[in-house]
Amino acid sequence: MCAQKRTGGGEKVGGPPARRSAEDARAVLEGPEINRALTRIAHEVLERTKGGADITLLGIPSRGVPLAHRLARRIEQVEDRAVPRGSLDITMYRDDLRLAPARALGRTDIPAEGIDGRVVVLVDDVLFSGRTVRAALDALNDLGRPRAVQLATLVDRGHRELPIRADYVGKNLPTSLREKVTVLLEETDGRDAVLLGPAGPRIGHAAPAADGAEVDR
Amino acid sequence: MRHLLSAGDLSRDEAVLVLDTAKELAQVGDRSVKKLPTLRGRTVVNLFYEDSTRTRISFEAAAKRMSADVLNFSAKGSSVSKGESLKDTALTLQAMGADGVVIRHGSSGAARRLANWVEGAVLNAGDGTHEHPTQALLDAYTMRERMGRLEGLRVAVVGDVLHSRVARSNVLLLHTLGAEVTLVAPPTLLPVSVGTWPCAVSYDLDEVLPKSDVVMMLRVQAERMNDAFFPTAREYSRRYGLDRDRFARMPDDAIVMHPGPMIRGMEISAEVADSPRSTITEQVANGVSVRMAVLYLLLGGSESAIGNQEG
Repeated sequence: MCAQKRTGGGEKVGGPPARRSAEDARAVLEGPEINRALTRIAHEVLERTKGGADITLLGIPSRGVPLAHRLARRIEQVEDRAVPRGSLDITMYRDDLRLAPARALGRTDIPAEGIDGRVVVLVDDVLFSGRTVRAALDALNDLGRPRAVQLATLVDRGHRELPIRADYVGKNLPTSLREKVTVLLEETDGRDAVLLGPAGPRIGHAAPAADGAEVDR
Repeated sequence: MRHLLSAGDLSRDEAVLVLDTAKELAQVGDRSVKKLPTLRGRTVVNLFYEDSTRTRISFEAAAKRMSADVLNFSAKGSSVSKGESLKDTALTLQAMGADGVVIRHGSSGAARRLANWVEGAVLNAGDGTHEHPTQALLDAYTMRERMGRLEGLRVAVVGDVLHSRVARSNVLLLHTLGAEVTLVAPPTLLPVSVGTWPCAVSYDLDEVLPKSDVVMMLRVQAERMNDAFFPTAREYSRRYGLDRDRFARMPDDAIVMHPGPMIRGMEISAEVADSPRSTITEQVANGVSVRMAVLYLLLGGSESAIGNQEG
């Protein structure tokens, strides 16, 4: 059983599950470290794609999208050239659609030049089971034929259920299945942080990590 | 299982969810692969007791774009003409494992009855003179796309309100979404209960036109007219038809809608119907997106995200 490490204040346990896990969570990455990780990934992308002349960054909603935008801005600063970016919603391609109530769709926004013949870099916040990435690959397949597809993720927490691995990782974060990884971003949550905390009580038959945007979907 | 039987059953949030979902799904129609795997393995039955090619193929296209299996049932030439009841047909569908049943029926309330007999989700695709919720949703979607909003929009619904399920569903849904609806029709073509509907009523089209952002013309349903509701088609057309002169008196950015099929020359002149401010063909395209959204929200998950529970 994992230790219940609390943040400085050590707030009382006992609120509703969602709150409780947020209070008990420990920050493993803070704002400046996230920035450094993204800057490093931007340089790795440029190195691997030899200047990134034909890359397209696609963020997976919700938090992959602002991350893709940040990466694109960094690459633009280095290379002084516009980098096409967009978002790729994978809801309709999920393999667990029937396990949960019908959910609202995110935005799919493919840059005007399309993805045919381009190197698509998928961007997501947490890499976990790999099922989100599988769904994203299916979605890409219906949209066009990229020359290559790569994967960038801010956090890799392990526990893969499919033969998928990331090309660019912000931080490898060994976790237990009972822990919950929460990514907070300035654009969506008002602050940058990656939190690690005990997961809330399991709901129904859902997989341990099937609750919320902070986990790999 | 939850069903979509009446536009009035949708809360504001649910209605907005359908419209937002439809907007995302509309992109699928522009792709080279017009298909999503979402409803793979699910069966949708189109149960049509009344002829309606337009609505049936719209539902069929929507279900097929989501990879559902589609069975088409038309009452003509089926056991219905041999005297089989709706309930027995429903039990047959049940035995075939229908996850969703799209029903068009000539009797008001048929969809609600069906919902008691089958386990799958029931979608009302028009029951008698009662309701046609997906038509109202696609109309609202079209208005929102063209005008950018629904809140405070002034909508005139003109013509045969008495026989129109489209009018009733539109009044209920647009009221939920914050638009102001005025029904315009001769007194003989308004239902007795219209006073209880959340809308205004007028007998004078010329007075309402200049104050309308959207003018929705209804078809004069000759097949349902078993009485003399107006003296002649010519007189109806003169007082309630949308011709070039009336069109010119509408605000410059106002749009003209029609649920189809049109009777050109009677309720709407050909010139108006073909104008860029008419949304008639757009409505057809939007119909597929909206029906995809409804099918997804009803059948896509373990529980429906919209609709009403039936016993």
